[in-house]
Amino acid sequence: MELSEHIKTANVEDVTLRRPFHPALRGTLCVTSHHLLFSDRKDEASWQLLILLKNIDAIEKRAVGSSGTITIKCKDLLVLQLEIPGMEECLNIASSIEALSSLESVTEMYPFFYRPSHLTLNGPWGLSSTEQYYKQTERLWDRWRVSTLNSDYSVCPSYPSAVIMPREVDDDKLIRSARFRQGGRFPVLSYCHHRNGMVIMRSSQPLTGANKKRCKEDELLLQAVIDGSELGYIIDLRSAQQAQQARMTGGGFESKSFYSHWKRIHRHHERGKVVQESLIKLVEACSDPSHSVDRWLSKLENSKWLSHVHSALSTAGLVVECVERDGHSVLVHGSEGTDNTLLVSSLAQLILDPASRTVTGFLCLLEREWIQAGHPFQQRCAHSAYSHARLKQECPIFLLLLDCVWQVWRQFPLALEFSEALLLRLAQEVYASNYGTFLCNSEQERCAAGVKENTHCLFQSLLRPDIEEQYLNPLYEPTDLAIWPSVHPQSLQLWTGLFLRWTEYAQNMEEAREEVWSIVKEHHEQAGPDRTNNTLSTHCDTLTPFENLMDELTIL
Amino acid sequence: MEHIRTPKVEQVKLLDRFSNKSVTGTLHLTATHLIFVESNSTSAQEIWILHHHIASVEKLSLTTSGCPLLIQCRNFRLVHFVIPRERDCHDIYSSLLRLLRPVSYDELYAFSYNPKQNDQQREEGWQLIDLAAEFERMGVPCDQWQLTDVNREYKVCKTYPRDVYVPITASKPIIVGSSKFRSKGRFPVLTYFYQEKKAAVCRCSQPLSGFSARCLEDEHMLQAISKANHNSRYIYVMDTRPKLNALANRAAGKGYENEDNYSNIRFQFVGIENIHVMRGSLQKLLEGVGTRSLSMTDYLVGLENSGWLRHIKAIMDAAIFLAKAVTVEGASVLVHCSDGWDRTAQVCALGSLLMDPYYRTIKGFMVLIEKDWISFGHKFADRCDQLDPDPKEVSPIFTQFLECVWQLTEQFPQAFEFSEWFLIQIHEHVHSCQFGNFLGNSQRQREDLQLKERTYSLWAHLLSENQNYLNPLFSPSFAESHPVLEPSTQAYHFKFWRNMYNQYDRSMHPRQSILKHVLTLQESNRELEGTVQALKTKLQKFGVNTSPLKPQTPPRECSLPPRPQSLILGAPLLSRKEVQQEEDEEVFGEEAREDAPASTGGERTVEGSSATENSYGELMGSFGSKNEPGVVTLEFGVARMTC
Repeated sequence: MELSEHIKTANVEDVTLRRPFHPALRGTLCVTSHHLLFSDRKDEASWQLLILLKNIDAIEKRAVGSSGTITIKCKDLLVLQLEIPGMEECLNIASSIEALSSLESVTEMYPFFYRPSHLTLNGPWGLSSTEQYYKQTERLWDRWRVSTLNSDYSVCPSYPSAVIMPREVDDDKLIRSARFRQGGRFPVLSYCHHRNGMVIMRSSQPLTGANKKRCKEDELLLQAVIDGSELGYIIDLRSAQQAQQARMTGGGFESKSFYSHWKRIHRHHERGKVVQESLIKLVEACSDPSHSVDRWLSKLENSKWLSHVHSALSTAGLVVECVERDGHSVLVHGSEGTDNTLLVSSLAQLILDPASRTVTGFLCLLEREWIQAGHPFQQRCAHSAYSHARLKQECPIFLLLLDCVWQVWRQFPLALEFSEALLLRLAQEVYASNYGTFLCNSEQERCAAGVKENTHCLFQSLLRPDIEEQYLNPLYEPTDLAIWPSVHPQSLQLWTGLFLRWTEYAQNMEEAREEVWSIVKEHHEQAGPDRTNNTLSTHCDTLTPFENLMDELTIL
Repeated sequence: MEHIRTPKVEQVKLLDRFSNKSVTGTLHLTATHLIFVESNSTSAQEIWILHHHIASVEKLSLTTSGCPLLIQCRNFRLVHFVIPRERDCHDIYSSLLRLLRPVSYDELYAFSYNPKQNDQQREEGWQLIDLAAEFERMGVPCDQWQLTDVNREYKVCKTYPRDVYVPITASKPIIVGSSKFRSKGRFPVLTYFYQEKKAAVCRCSQPLSGFSARCLEDEHMLQAISKANHNSRYIYVMDTRPKLNALANRAAGKGYENEDNYSNIRFQFVGIENIHVMRGSLQKLLEGVGTRSLSMTDYLVGLENSGWLRHIKAIMDAAIFLAKAVTVEGASVLVHCSDGWDRTAQVCALGSLLMDPYYRTIKGFMVLIEKDWISFGHKFADRCDQLDPDPKEVSPIFTQFLECVWQLTEQFPQAFEFSEWFLIQIHEHVHSCQFGNFLGNSQRQREDLQLKERTYSLWAHLLSENQNYLNPLFSPSFAESHPVLEPSTQAYHFKFWRNMYNQYDRSMHPRQSILKHVLTLQESNRELEGTVQALKTKLQKFGVNTSPLKPQTPPRECSLPPRPQSLILGAPLLSRKEVQQEEDEEVFGEEAREDAPASTGGERTVEGSSATENSYGELMGSFGSKNEPGVVTLEFGVARMTC
C-alpha cells in the first residue's frame, strides 16, 4: 500500500491552530506522507509549522457542532490543538495521522526520503567505530586486539561487527562465551581508563540456569581481562534476589566459586515498563498547572523518575569509584545488557573521561555505546509519554541518560563542551528525526535496511561548524579530572528544560543565558587568545582530587 | 570567660553527617567561638562556630571511641564531635550551655565585636540607611500623606518607630482612638507608596472587634486612607491569617474588620499559617533533609510532609495579590495579621519588592529590611532566640522572607543586583548577634540599648564587600522593562533551597559555579578595560596616536586576586587584603590565634578552601566499611553490606 493511499483529505482551509504561549492562528492544514504542515495565510510573510508525523504520539478527536477538534500530542511533549471545519475532513485527517504516524517499515520512514540540498549521500557516515577507538587508545595496543569474529553478526546479532577483546583469548573461546550469555552478548571492552589502564567491560547475564551451569571459556575471558591483578568488580544491575530469580528462567549471575577474582555488587535498577510508566506519570504531573505544592511534590515522587536518575548516577559513580579510585576493572551487566548496562557504562565514561565531554567526544560515545552497542532504539522509542497504545518494548532509557548528563552539567557547568541545547535536540531526534542515526535496533538491521547508504547521519550534521555553534557551552573549560556528581537527592533536580519545555514560559532564563554569552564573548574579545590564563586556576582546584580519601577505601 | 573550664581539647574527632568519614583535630573554646582545627592534614580545615549560632548542644551516651557531642546551629550547620575523655566533653558541654544562653544584652557578641573603626566610621555606618530619605524617594510627604509626631515618645505605640506616616486627614485624636482599638496599639500607618497610582500600602495589627465592638476613630482612619487615593473608591483590607484563626481571635476580644462598619473596604483573608506552624514545618524540613542515605522517595515525601514549600507559596501568593491590587487596580491596601509584625512584615516587604525595582538592588534591599522588619518591630530577639529563650516565640519568619526572595531570583535571574549569597549572609548575621541591627525587638529597645553608640552596623560591613554579593547577570534595563515582577506561582517553581538549608553539607554542592565564573570573567573584563585605558593615556602622553590600538593581551600581573574556593554557589570572593584586614581586626579571648580569620565570613572562607570533599560519601558507606567501628556503630547504625 502506497503511503499516499492513507491520505483521504490532503488539504483543509480555515483551520485554527492553538499552541502554548501563542495566540491562535488560522491557516491551511496539509497532510503529506511524512508531515503535517500548517501555514498561516493571513500575513504576507507566511508562518509555517512542519511536524514530522512520526513525532506524533497520540491524537484525540472531539466534535464541536459541525466542526471537529484534534488534539495532537507529540513525542517531544508539545501539545497542539487544531480546529477543523467539517466533521468529515476532521475524521479523515485524524485517520491519516493515525496511520502514517505509526509506520512499522523502516525503509518507509522519512530519513529515507530526506534529501536536503546541502547534504550528499556519499559523505562519511558516523563519527567513530570500534577500530577507531582502538587506534586512538594506545594503552590497549599491548594486551588487547580488535576481533572481527562478529563480522556477519552471527555470533551476536546485536553487537557491531568488530569488538575489542584481550589478545590472549582467541575467537573460538569468544564464541563459546557468547553461547553462555543472553543474546550472545559476551563481555566486550567498553572503555579503557587513560590514567591507569583499567577497563570497563559490558555484557549480558550469564546463562547459568537452575543447575548452575558454567562456561570455562567465559571464566577464562574474564580472567584475561584482569590479567593477573587480584580483583575485578562485577556490577550487576539487579538486586541479589532478582539475579537469583533469573536462574529459574535460564539466566543467572557469575558465582563466586567459578569467578574467584571477581567481586559481585548488586544494584537494583528498574527497567522496561516501570521506567516507561514513570515517564508517563511525570509528564502527566508536569502538564497539569492546577496542582498545589503538596500535590505536585506527591506526583513528582510518585512518578519515581528522579529515583531512576538517582540510581543511574549512583551506580555510575560506583563504577567510577572502582576504576579511578580503587584501580580495578569492572564488568557491568543486567539482564539483556542493552539498556541499563549501556546507561551506567556511558555515564561512568562521561564522569571519567575528559574526551567524552566535548561535543565530538560525546557524540562518539553515544555512537559507540548506544547505537553500535545495540540499544534497540526502534523498539524503545516507538512511543513516548502520551500514547494510549498498549506498551510493548517502549522504555525511555536514552532519555534517562540525557537527564543524567544534564544533572552532571548542572553540577559541573564548566566541564562539558556542549550545552543543554544539544541534549534537548537529541531528546527530540531520538523519537522522530530526518536522519537515519537512530533508526533500527542494531547494526545488523541497519545494514540490512541500507541505512548508511540511503539516509543522512545526524551526528555528522550536528558537527558542521555553523550548527555546532548552537550547541556549545560558552563557559567550557576542559579539565582532566574525573567529575564526580553529588548524588544526594538535594543535589538532583527536575530537568525543567525538557519536561516543562512547553508549559513554562522560559523567556527569563533564555535572556539570562544570552547575558552569560555576551559576558563571555566580551571576555574573549578583550583578553584574546591568552584568556585562559586568568581563569583556569579559579576552578580547577575545586574539582577535588581524592588523594586524601584513599585511605578510606574499604572495598574488601 | 569564667565559664570556660577547658579551653582546649586535643584528639577530637569530627564526624561527617552523611558518610562514615571523620577527621581528627583540636577543639578550642574561646569567649566567642568554638573552633575546630584539623590536624595532620594538608588541607587543615578549620571550623569556627560562633556561640550565638548554636541552637542546641547535646551530649550523647559514651562510646568506645569517646563521648559524642552534637551541636546544632541556627545557620543550619550540624556538627558531631567525638571527644576522647568524658570529663573534657562534659566541661565543653557545660561551658557551651552557659555561653550560648547569654543572660543580658551586654553579653552579646555585638558589644565586644570591634572591627577597629573609629567613632566617626561607626556613625557613618549607621547613617548609611536613612528611612526619612526612603519615604522621600517614594514621594512622601505629599499632598495626601504626612509625617506625624504622635509617636515621637513611643507613647501611642511602643513597637512602632518614632516617625510614622499617615493620611493628611487623620488627626491626632483619630490616630490615638484607632490605636486603642488595635492590638498592641499598632494603628494603620503607611509603609509603601506607589507613586504612579498614588496608591498606598499600609500596615497595622488586628482590630479589637470581638464579636460586635466597633470604633469610630478606626473607621475614620480607614476612610482617611481610602480618601487619600483618588484612583480607587475602595481599599483592600488583607487579613493574612487563615479565616479560622481570625474567627478564633474574636473570642479573645480581637478579630477582624466587619465590612458593614467600614465604608468601601474589600476584606480578604489570605491564609498564611502562624509562627508555631512555621516553626514545626521548618523542623520537619530539616529532619527530612538531614537524614543519612536519604532516598529520593524519602526526600520528596519529607519535603511534602513538612509543608514548607506550601507555606512559602502562601506568602508569595499574598504578596502577589498585594502587588496586583496596587499596581493594576491602583487601590490602596491595608495589611494586617494578629500583631502585625510577622506575616504583615513578610507580605508588605515582599509585595514592595515585587512593585519597586529599587528594593531589588543591594542598597534597596537593606532599606527594605530596615523599614518593614527592623523599624516596624519584627521581634528579632524573640524570633531568633537571641536572649532569654522562650521556645514558643522562636520562628523562622524572616528566613521565610529571604527564601521567598530567593525563589524570585530563581525565576528572574536578571532582576536582582545581589546573588543568593547576599541573602545567606544576611541570614547568618541575623543570628550571629555580631552587629547591632537585629538586636532587640523594637526600635525603642534598640535606643535604650544605645546600639548605635556601642555596636556596628551590618549594612556598612556588607556594603564594604558588596562585590562579593553581586549577581553578574543583573541588568538594570530589565528593571525598566519589568518594573513590576509577575512571578509564576505554579507549584513546580517552588524549589528546595539547598544552599540555605544544607549550606554546610559541602558534598551536596555543585563543584563549579556559573555565577562565580561569570563574576570572574566580568571582573577581568573590567580590569582589562582599565589596562587598555591606562596604556592609552600613557601613549598619549608620549604623543602617540592611539586610535588603531587593538585590545592587548593582559599583562601577567593583572591576574585576579586569589579567591577562596567555597563550594557554595556564589560564595564570597574576599580578596586577600580583606581577609588580612579581618584577621588583624579580630579580638579573641585567651585562645587568640594569630592566623585565624574572625568573622563568620572568614570562617566560611577557611572552610571552603579545604575542599577535599568527596561527593560519593554515600557510596562509600554502601561498600561495607571496616573503618572506625566504634564511631560507625554508635550514631549512624551499621554500615550496609551490599554483597
